[in-house]
Amino acid sequence: MSFKTNNKVVQWVEDRLPLISMGHHTLYEYPMPKNLNYLWNFGSLAGFALVTMIVTGIILAMQYTAHVDMAFNSVERIMRDVNNGWLIRYIHMNMASFFFIAVYIHMMRGLYYGSYKAPRELLWQLGVVIFLLMMATAFMGYVLPWGQMSFWGATVITNLFSAIPVVGESIVTWLWGGFSVDNPTLNRFFALHYLLPFIIVAVVVLHIVALHTVTSNNPLGIDMKGPQDSLTFQPYYTIKDLFGLGVFLILFAGFLFWAPNYMGHPDNYIPANPLSTPAHIVPEWYFLPFYAILRAVPDKLGGVLAMFGAIAVLFVLPWLDRSKIRSCKFRPVARVFFWIFLINGLFLGYLGGKPAEGWYVVASQIATAYYFFHFLILLPVILPMIERPRELPSSIHEAVLKS
Amino acid sequence: MADGANPESSAQGSGETRREFLYLTAGAMTVVGAAGAIWPMIDSMNPSADVLALSSTEVDLSPIEEGQSVTITWRGKPVFIRRRGAEEIAGAEETPLADLPDPQTDEDRVEKPEWLILVGVCTHLGCVPLGQKTGESRGDYGGWFCPCHGSHYDTSGRIRKGPAPKNLEVPPYVFLTDNSIKIG
Repeated sequence: MSFKTNNKVVQWVEDRLPLISMGHHTLYEYPMPKNLNYLWNFGSLAGFALVTMIVTGIILAMQYTAHVDMAFNSVERIMRDVNNGWLIRYIHMNMASFFFIAVYIHMMRGLYYGSYKAPRELLWQLGVVIFLLMMATAFMGYVLPWGQMSFWGATVITNLFSAIPVVGESIVTWLWGGFSVDNPTLNRFFALHYLLPFIIVAVVVLHIVALHTVTSNNPLGIDMKGPQDSLTFQPYYTIKDLFGLGVFLILFAGFLFWAPNYMGHPDNYIPANPLSTPAHIVPEWYFLPFYAILRAVPDKLGGVLAMFGAIAVLFVLPWLDRSKIRSCKFRPVARVFFWIFLINGLFLGYLGGKPAEGWYVVASQIATAYYFFHFLILLPVILPMIERPRELPSSIHEAVLKS
Repeated sequence: MADGANPESSAQGSGETRREFLYLTAGAMTVVGAAGAIWPMIDSMNPSADVLALSSTEVDLSPIEEGQSVTITWRGKPVFIRRRGAEEIAGAEETPLADLPDPQTDEDRVEKPEWLILVGVCTHLGCVPLGQKTGESRGDYGGWFCPCHGSHYDTSGRIRKGPAPKNLEVPPYVFLTDNSIKIG
């Protein structure tokens, strides 16, 4: 199936720059496990979201003004005066959320089927890097409209760094380029918001190179042993990915055209006022679980460390989970705890959207403790003692034939 | 299923199969969909509503004396308004069309002969010609002179010498009263 051509021009280019055969290899003949379910669609969906964000973002940057006196009005001008500006901005806003939805499902898929285990540790870690870069990009993008949530979100999040002992205050002043969130802050956030997506693209390329080196995991979590276990990417998975994209876009269009501000916050349509904080400030929904962890710890430095630790723990996950079995299909205990972990994560998200008072605080603390318990005690210590995995099928092909 | 739906049987004749038909229609729909998705973004780069809203300007002509010129801004471009004297009008009207690279009579270029209104952008490569202020060169024909590449315009704003291909453009305008106009 390797690439061959009779066209002399194509062959001439091939001999000097093997682009076409590389494309042929990665998008055509690349072997995929033949038992993938629809949870394996979310990588390509995240890629589609990234491209959409970059294209609409470049178009929006042509109309946007990064200045504290003009930013808010320039966004309103996009909404009212620029041809289709409302559409392009709403696509950018809502696709940001859908990007996170796709990536969260993609990550949960990885957790359930053990896609982070050898030999896919670097693949997983590159994914965590992409997740971190996405969070930084999304945060800075939310600051650009310079509404109340933009301003106070920027203030709160940059102030996280003031928790660092000794140099914290200097770092925050450096981040701001002044003594409060102001014009220099807005300008650098805009510059970085434009830059980071392209860094994400670069890391995505590495993610895909690593993926194509170790090949895709699958619901059984066992390796492909030969051609009978695999299907070529084209046409089987191109079509499946495109079908998934169609469903994804229908849902997206539902939000885009009927509830474009559902996942936003109305306070961000009030121009930034450095003299008055809104009564109840919350980050965008995709940050809420981490926000809950931040607030759960009754100590400034401790809260910041817990929040960053919640992501850092994902970096070392491949070595925390000591089971050799990848897929939770064959791990009767881990499977139960996976669902508890997921529900706990959603609960943290719920708590992150509530005010930090009353039982919410205690619940946040318990849920935060459970989050770390899952990674630091349950996976490395308890599960190896109590879990007896089920027998693995001898090959993907055999398992597919049986079902 | 009809016989035509069977790839084997129809492939023998024309080489067309059900699969090729699906490829073609799916491909065509993809192109239409992609074009529909890209068009709003391309269109967003066209002039926006607030830019279009600035596309007309009213000018009060009463303070302008005979022989005087003023420059106003319309759509971000300079517009030359010159109140011509009898001599300038006569000169412009009597110029034979055969002498003009871009033949046009003076009557076609003015509403009232006294008032010459032009977009002050050289038709060569977009510089603003000299000749509005006293003391500036008006070129060899008493109108305007573009210093960038040496185009000479006459008292009707018509190109007479130099690389510019066309006469200075006359913007759309109407007289609201005897002494005021609306450009655009």
